[in-house]
Amino acid sequence: MKKLMSGNAAAGEAAVLAGCTCYFGYPITPQNELTEYMAKRVPEAGGVFIQSESEIAAINMVLGASVAGARAMTSSSGPGISLKQEGISYLAADELPAVILNMVRGGPGMGNISPAQSDYLQATRGGGHGDYRTIVLAPSSVQEIADLMPLAFDLAEKYRNPVVVLGDGMLGQMMEPVEFDHIKKPEPVAKDYILTGAKGRPSRMVRSLIFDVKEQEEHNWKLARKFQRIEQNEVRYETHLVDDAELVVIAYGTAARIAKGAIARLRQEGLKVGMIRPITLWPFPTKIIQETSKTIHDFFVFEMSAGQLVEDVKLSLEGKGRVHFYGRPGGVIPTPVELFRIISRHCYQIQRVKKS
Amino acid sequence: MLTKTIFSGFGGQGVLSMGYTLATAAMLEGKHVTYFPSYGVEVRGGTANCTVAVSDEEIASPVASEPEFVVAMNQPSFARFQSILQSGGLIFVNSSIVDVSSARGDIEIVAVPTSELAERIGTIKVANMIMLGAFIRLSNIISYDFMVKNLTDILGEGKAKLIKINKEALDLGYKYVRE
Repeated sequence: MKKLMSGNAAAGEAAVLAGCTCYFGYPITPQNELTEYMAKRVPEAGGVFIQSESEIAAINMVLGASVAGARAMTSSSGPGISLKQEGISYLAADELPAVILNMVRGGPGMGNISPAQSDYLQATRGGGHGDYRTIVLAPSSVQEIADLMPLAFDLAEKYRNPVVVLGDGMLGQMMEPVEFDHIKKPEPVAKDYILTGAKGRPSRMVRSLIFDVKEQEEHNWKLARKFQRIEQNEVRYETHLVDDAELVVIAYGTAARIAKGAIARLRQEGLKVGMIRPITLWPFPTKIIQETSKTIHDFFVFEMSAGQLVEDVKLSLEGKGRVHFYGRPGGVIPTPVELFRIISRHCYQIQRVKKS
Repeated sequence: MLTKTIFSGFGGQGVLSMGYTLATAAMLEGKHVTYFPSYGVEVRGGTANCTVAVSDEEIASPVASEPEFVVAMNQPSFARFQSILQSGGLIFVNSSIVDVSSARGDIEIVAVPTSELAERIGTIKVANMIMLGAFIRLSNIISYDFMVKNLTDILGEGKAKLIKINKEALDLGYKYVRE
């Protein structure tokens, strides 16, 4: 049955249904409803909820729970996610699964509490120190938050790597109808790396301190090979009206749903605009963009930042095609009408250039 | 068709629950719906508002830059949101405490004296549901009969004891604007 829920609460419910038994977090707007929801829901389900003394404590509690074999998560926004980066780097180095949800707000610094997409580069480039990546999932509706949370836990365990779910203040605060019927409790899997007390078996060690340079290099290459496997297997995206398009919008999350509204208006005007919406921001859907660039030459990147996703689009295109850009940083929520006006201007420009 | 409404007033007047009730009813009717509250830097005694979008199709943005309807339960909300209402749009005003002499000329005002009407029921707490009854009558976003029939599901288990009084309040508002 459908329920009307905020993105924050839906993320919590989906996580619990997907077997998350440990939630640790420290309050920050605009994701507080998730912490509130988990305070009630996780103990109900027999798990552990702790409102920690800081964001740093929370991520290290996640590390502790993960090393003991639990499905663990934390959540925060902008400034709090920055504080968690040390722990995320350790999780990646230790090859431990974890889910970190970021309901992004306007930044940098303390910024504000309005929706933004300004943490794209932080999320997709690892975020903390060292040579590592995090899988980044970007939902664009409350239902998709509920769909991606179980996937986040599955991928985290499959690859033994932290997974970031990247939303924003709007997706966290907004309520939409959502269903959870499809979420199945995961089968218990044997984890041969966790610390359970070494009774009857040789002891294990989980650490990221590797003084031997050669050993550290080998560890880095091992991680790199894992990231390659993730790039080969886990790319997810949605295409929308791309087949006959003359211009393709590339946008994710909240920006993508605003773009969808703009595209509906553009199509009414007879302007052939489509969209590629990355669902995994890392691994980035490079191949589909390259494929598309064989027939379509104009790409329009739209994001709620001053230009971060646009870098990945340019890297994917390797100099081919033209990249147009429109960004609204600082916590502004652009409207579909505004975007319609901007894109239509670009469309007419493209048509003029073609004629001349 | 896509319709956006802003519900606004003092914190405590039940404006968020008005929006939530409409959104839940629309969802149960099978419509696409988004509910977006103002959040964050709010103060006690300050204003609260939420935007409800109801549509037959997917909703691109839950934010309303030019809403079709506004419900203003206090003076600051009236001043703030009448200016963004679509030309020809309807603004529902809590006329018990809101002075509408500064209204734009191209919008239609529906004055509902919620405090006086609530006195008939005996509690000011239902003022928001009286307004919602009036709103549903004139906005035609959802079916009033459907809402009344499914009020138990819409308001949830927590409000099970209050179904009767809420029905009474909705009915009072609904009939007030019909007269």
